[in-house]
Amino acid sequence: MNRPDTRSSVARKGPLGRLADFLDDRTGYRAVMHEALYERVPGGARWRYVWGSTLVFAFMTQVITGLFLWASYSASAQTAWESVYYIQHEMTGGWLLRGIHHFMAQAMVVLLALHLLQVVIDGAYRAPREVNFWLGLVLMMLVLGMALTGYLLPWDQKGYWATIVATNLAGIVPVFGPSIQQLVIGGTEYGHHTLTRFFALHAGFLPGALILMLVVHLALFRKHGLHAKRPFTRPDAMFWPDQVLKDAVAMLAVMAVVLGVILMPALRAMLLGEPVHAGHLGAELGAPADPSLPYAAARPEWYFLFLFQFLKVFEGWGATGEFLGAIVVPGLIMGVMFLMPIIGNWRLGHRFNVAFTLGVVAGAGLLTAMALNEDYYALWVDKAPLAEAQKLYDETGGDETKLAAALGGDAARIGVVQRQWRKLEKIRHSQAFLDAAKQARLDAARAIELAGRPEKIPPAGMLELVRADAKSQGPRLFAQHCASCHAHVDPRSPGAEAILAKASAANLFEFGRASWMRGLLDPAQVAGPAYFGNTAHKEGDMVSFVQGDLADADQWKKDDIEAVIVAMASEAGLADPGVQPAILERGRALVADGERCGGCHKLGDNGTDLGSAPDLTGWGTRDWLVGIITDPTHARFYGDTNDRMPSFGKAAEGAAPMLSPQQIGLLADWLRGDWYRP
Amino acid sequence: MSGRTADVGPGPAGRRNFLAELLAIACGGLATLAPIGAGLWAFLDPLRRKGAAASFLPVTELSALPDDGVPRQFAVITERADAWTGFAAEPVGAVYLRREKGSGTVEALSATCPHAGCFVEMESGGRCFRCPCHNSTFTLDGGIVAPSPSPRPMDALECRVAKNGEVEVKWQKFRAGVAEKVVQ
Repeated sequence: MNRPDTRSSVARKGPLGRLADFLDDRTGYRAVMHEALYERVPGGARWRYVWGSTLVFAFMTQVITGLFLWASYSASAQTAWESVYYIQHEMTGGWLLRGIHHFMAQAMVVLLALHLLQVVIDGAYRAPREVNFWLGLVLMMLVLGMALTGYLLPWDQKGYWATIVATNLAGIVPVFGPSIQQLVIGGTEYGHHTLTRFFALHAGFLPGALILMLVVHLALFRKHGLHAKRPFTRPDAMFWPDQVLKDAVAMLAVMAVVLGVILMPALRAMLLGEPVHAGHLGAELGAPADPSLPYAAARPEWYFLFLFQFLKVFEGWGATGEFLGAIVVPGLIMGVMFLMPIIGNWRLGHRFNVAFTLGVVAGAGLLTAMALNEDYYALWVDKAPLAEAQKLYDETGGDETKLAAALGGDAARIGVVQRQWRKLEKIRHSQAFLDAAKQARLDAARAIELAGRPEKIPPAGMLELVRADAKSQGPRLFAQHCASCHAHVDPRSPGAEAILAKASAANLFEFGRASWMRGLLDPAQVAGPAYFGNTAHKEGDMVSFVQGDLADADQWKKDDIEAVIVAMASEAGLADPGVQPAILERGRALVADGERCGGCHKLGDNGTDLGSAPDLTGWGTRDWLVGIITDPTHARFYGDTNDRMPSFGKAAEGAAPMLSPQQIGLLADWLRGDWYRP
Repeated sequence: MSGRTADVGPGPAGRRNFLAELLAIACGGLATLAPIGAGLWAFLDPLRRKGAAASFLPVTELSALPDDGVPRQFAVITERADAWTGFAAEPVGAVYLRREKGSGTVEALSATCPHAGCFVEMESGGRCFRCPCHNSTFTLDGGIVAPSPSPRPMDALECRVAKNGEVEVKWQKFRAGVAEKVVQ
């Protein structure tokens, strides 16, 4: 312990220097630092050596942002979406934190591909670096595993449905497949334990394994030294600071790109002078996962699209095809990659490895392009030359024998039209995806709007709130239960005429409002397709009243009819707020009058009995609508003159009605435009 | 420190040393096995769980299903449990029901794609079923339209009409991606 030189240096140093000496004496950190930083870089620092460092940086970014996200995330089926919503839309800076995590994950996949390409092209996998190459491949799979598990964690529609596909594919692995599937989803159904397990994998098992492997990967990298690319044009340099400077600049560039991607939609909106809203900031959050709601826009994250598309390649191969596409071929590709250090020893081995890797990358690129083309085809294809083929398709219903007949057996023309039909089919499929994607964006925006109510999200979770929302559920219920007869279309909109012609019951657009009543009381419209035209009431009392009495200017003055219209809208609670009370009063008196409307219709206590025409008391209110949807054959509505409308809320003894009271309420609210508005 | 460690060398190789090595590994291994074993024991719990027993669930009334051979989608509503949460009746999936002209019997198809589990939808023209994920296409009675990624036709579900006119469907899930229809 007698080291006089140290003593003399202590005498010259300040307190910080003495502290450093103390620490070095006890830990030996200077030697470690020296070892870490003063690595010789043969041929000098170069930009081509930065990829590994950017990957380490990307991983560190994920660890840092991931830990902070963890501090606010809650993994359960009733809290995952909710807590991610809270991070994204309520917490200060949450969108930036989640945005960095989301987009850096994608950057990491790109950097992985670049790193791998470089290692293969430079032949850096050869002796003595074989083990490190293998470790690198394992690291790559761990990163992809984290990407896959992270996609589910927000528990939104796209993550949920993508995970169903991914776990079902795991289930087709021979022998252990079903057990693996059951273990990762935590049972037989997707739910709490799917989330807790995916989260444990995403934030615990996988990164833990990754860190262990990364430490060995880096240690082996230092042991073998940097695989320097010849020829050297410059003298050797030191890792610190020459190469570290280039690495740091590259890291900054990666982060700049990620931040740029996060901010781009907002910047674009600002440049176009549009308002910047929450959806512009950071990563997307879809509508909450709903196992009973189809999600036709289900797609994996873009870097898995090639695998997704690859499954379609095996069309018609049945179960073998899926096994080949999802398990065998990807397995073989990984197998060849693992063998590369050995293949590389053969005479043409290195060339084979490079060609194989480039081939896989090109194939993945091609499959990705094919997937994108299938989905977005309708956006960029010129539909004008297909108009005639479309007409033929509509006329023949796509039937090939009818087509042959229509074209008089002209084989050449038939061939052309059939090719165009295939193109039209592609357009239809693409359009279905685009529509579904648009619907998904609307559903997501609505869910976020609802979650932002001052009452906040109920304890049962967001799905309960979405399912009780008239604005989003109304159109679905209407399409399923009402639209086979009723239209719901703005009569002034383009294409409305065709829709109305097909309907066999009244158009319910703006039902309860003055605009609807004005059409009903219009002699030109009442027997048209938007009202009674396509129903059993076409020649009923109401039609003859409107076309007779109302059309007679001596009996009904224009102002009186307008007063009736306003009074009815007011009865529904949907009148314009500026209406004068005197007009309302006059209109109400006219409706109640036994010589006018009141002759058939009951209104309040005007003395008319129920049974001859629908009760106008509370016409168009929620209660009235619920009543007529529940049972239109009730004396309060159409009684025994009811046309074909089912009693949706009535059921035989012991049976369930077609629509639950909640569903009927949702329809009534939706028809009235009665839903939460921020 | 250095003075004391210097005289403990590699030591005499022998029986006692071998035993010590074996014991060290055994003790350390056993101690570590406890947490790993307990962890795995709990982690493997889902393997012992079976899905809810399949039962006939009322889906709609016969009168609500027109006898025009066109499949219509109905939600399957039932109580369910998710680990610690019990749900009152709520939609858990969907079926397509179809009735031929004048027929009193109903055919039921699960809306879950037998390929990879996405939600099969009716094509806009109503001429066939199509899965939006990988384009598996099926005829209106669930048969495969070749070429299809799906290894088997859509899964038919047992279906019966009760005395009170309710259509009841035996709600079951099947393994995706295999040619045989195996209950999950």
